[in-house]
This record gives sequence, C-alpha cells and structure tokens, in this order.
Amino acid sequence: MIYLELFLTFFKIGLFTLGGGYAMLPLIREEVALHGWASAEELINFIAVSESTPGPFAVNIATFIGRTTAGIPGALCATLGVVLPSFIVILIVSKLYDKFRKSKLVQGAMSGVKPAVIGLIAAALISLGKQVMFPDGYFVSAATFVSILIFIVTAVLAFLKKNPILLIGISAVAGIVAGYAIGL
Amino acid sequence: MRSAPADLFLTFAKIGLFTFGGGYAMLPLIEKEAVDNKKWITDNELLDVVAIAESTPGPIAINAATFIGKKVGGFIGALCATIGVVLPSFIIIVAVSYFLEAFQHLKIIRYAFWGIRAGVLALILMALWSLFKKSRKDIFTYLLMAASGVAVLFFNVNAIIVISVCAVIGIAALRVGGKRE
Repeated sequence: MIYLELFLTFFKIGLFTLGGGYAMLPLIREEVALHGWASAEELINFIAVSESTPGPFAVNIATFIGRTTAGIPGALCATLGVVLPSFIVILIVSKLYDKFRKSKLVQGAMSGVKPAVIGLIAAALISLGKQVMFPDGYFVSAATFVSILIFIVTAVLAFLKKNPILLIGISAVAGIVAGYAIGL
Repeated sequence: MRSAPADLFLTFAKIGLFTFGGGYAMLPLIEKEAVDNKKWITDNELLDVVAIAESTPGPIAINAATFIGKKVGGFIGALCATIGVVLPSFIIIVAVSYFLEAFQHLKIIRYAFWGIRAGVLALILMALWSLFKKSRKDIFTYLLMAASGVAVLFFNVNAIIVISVCAVIGIAALRVGGKRE
C-alpha cells in the first residue's frame, strides 16, 4: 500500500538523518530512485522548492514527494513519517539530556557519523550532478555548457554567502534566457 | 492569557512560517520567541537543545520544537509545538505542488527549472563545504569521509549501512584510541 510505503520510507529517512539539513539528501536520493517516486531532475526541482519555501527542508521535501506520489493523504503519511523519529527520540532524551549530551558512546558514534555524512553528501552531489548536467553521457552540448556556467556563477555567489532564494532566482532567470536563446 | 498548548502551537507556527532554509536559520527566531519573549527556556538550554539536535535524528527545528514543547506543556505541549512548526510548510508545499503541476508544461517554467537545477547543485556544494569546514581535521575523519563516498559511489552500498558502520567505527576508535582530541 502506497501510504504505508511512504510512511515507512520517510520514517527510515527521518531516523537516519543525523546532522540535519542536507544530511538527508543521500538517503532521499536512494529511496526515491528505488521506489521510482521521482527522477534525479524532479528531485532537484523539489530541493529548489524546499529551499525557497518556509520551514525545515526535510519536512518540505517529504510533503512534496508524498503529495506528488499519492495526493494529500500521501503528503500526510510522508510528513508524519519523517517527523516521528525525532519527536520520539527527543521525548525520550529530554528526560536525561545531560547524560545524553555527555555520553562517550554518543560522542564516539557521532565522530564516525559526521564524516560519513560528508562523504555521502559528496557522493550524492556527484551522482545527481552527473545525471543533471550530462544526461547524454559526456557529450558536451550547448545546454551542458550553460548548465556548468550557471553552476559556477551560483557556486561563487553561494561562497559569498548570498541568500539561497536569490541564487535560485538568478539561476531561474538564466535558465529562461538561455533556454529561449539556444532553443532547448 | 492563552493556554500553554495553544500558545506553543501558535508560536511555533510563526517560527515555521518565517524561516526559510530551515536548520540553523531557525535558531535566531527560536531564541527571540522561546527565550526572550516567552521565557520558556534559557539561552543555555537552547545551546543544549542544539547540541542534542546534532546527535539525534531529524531536523533541528523539529527537535527544538519537541524539546521546548515537552518542557513547557508535557506530551501535549510537545505535540502542539511540533505540529505548529510543521503545519505552515505542509500547507504551503501542498499548494505549491498543485501550482507547479498546473504550470509545469509551460516552456518558461521548464527553462526556469533547468537553470535552477544547476543552481541547486551549487547550493548542495556550499552545504557540503560548510559541513567540511566544521568537521574535525584529522586522518581518521578524512579516511571515513573518503571511504563513505567511495562505498556509495562505486560499490552501491546503502547509505544507512554506511552511517551505521561508521557509527560503530567511531565508538570502537574511542575505545581503542582513548582520547583522540
């Protein structure tokens, strides 16, 4: 059943998203491809929408994928799934949080998880980048060239700490201008 | 005065509605509302929440809402604060998804998203860079980063397995190496 599948998948994603924000990207990429819920391109479109709307990224993307896969009930199931693990864990931890914070076991585990998350995000970035920028193998078309140009310009702006919404706006305008200019 | 659960719900709905990008972007607003205005928690407790959020699953916004809600109003309080912080984005995303479906066939929208996709890759790169900057600078950390990336990229290892194995390695290294700091 699709609702249960959405709930369980996003519960799993919520449970293993340690380190917040983009830490969930590798998991989402894997699951979404596995279930055929979205292509690489659609996933990146979702990320853009999640970045330019209010609220936590994880919740936004769960709602979006749930909604497009199985309507509003699907959105509810996916969102509930992604939120529930943190809700339960915090309820448990809030009682003994001083102990938890100073726990050697937790610190040790996180000293392994943090680098893993960085490696995983890097891998997700490489594989999404490959699919989005080089959809036809490594043949460099005009479209690929423009994509790379937009990527470089926005990357520089991102390093200059410009607002993500501004970056998305700029790349949208660049996409529209280039799209009509080279007639994609 | 409003009842505690209603107050928690409305305050966190406001926090959810006015923070873009999530994560640490929410902290200043949570500080203003929960620490300065409502005095639900102290600044030190907020720092504790952040520390806990970093080593517990899920988005920091949810963790903070659940934690503060629990402290102020028990289980019902936690429920109200968490639903509050999630609800605005839920409604907005559902609306946006219908809007996009209605207009996605338009050429101009397709071109816009084509450009946006390149920009989003840059945003991910930036997120990666800031995580990397914050990470520990030692050979153990670099090795785990490289091994995790390679495992997924070249050997199709499941991300959850990578995370679990690295957690165990982290614990084992603590036992073997003692103080690695």
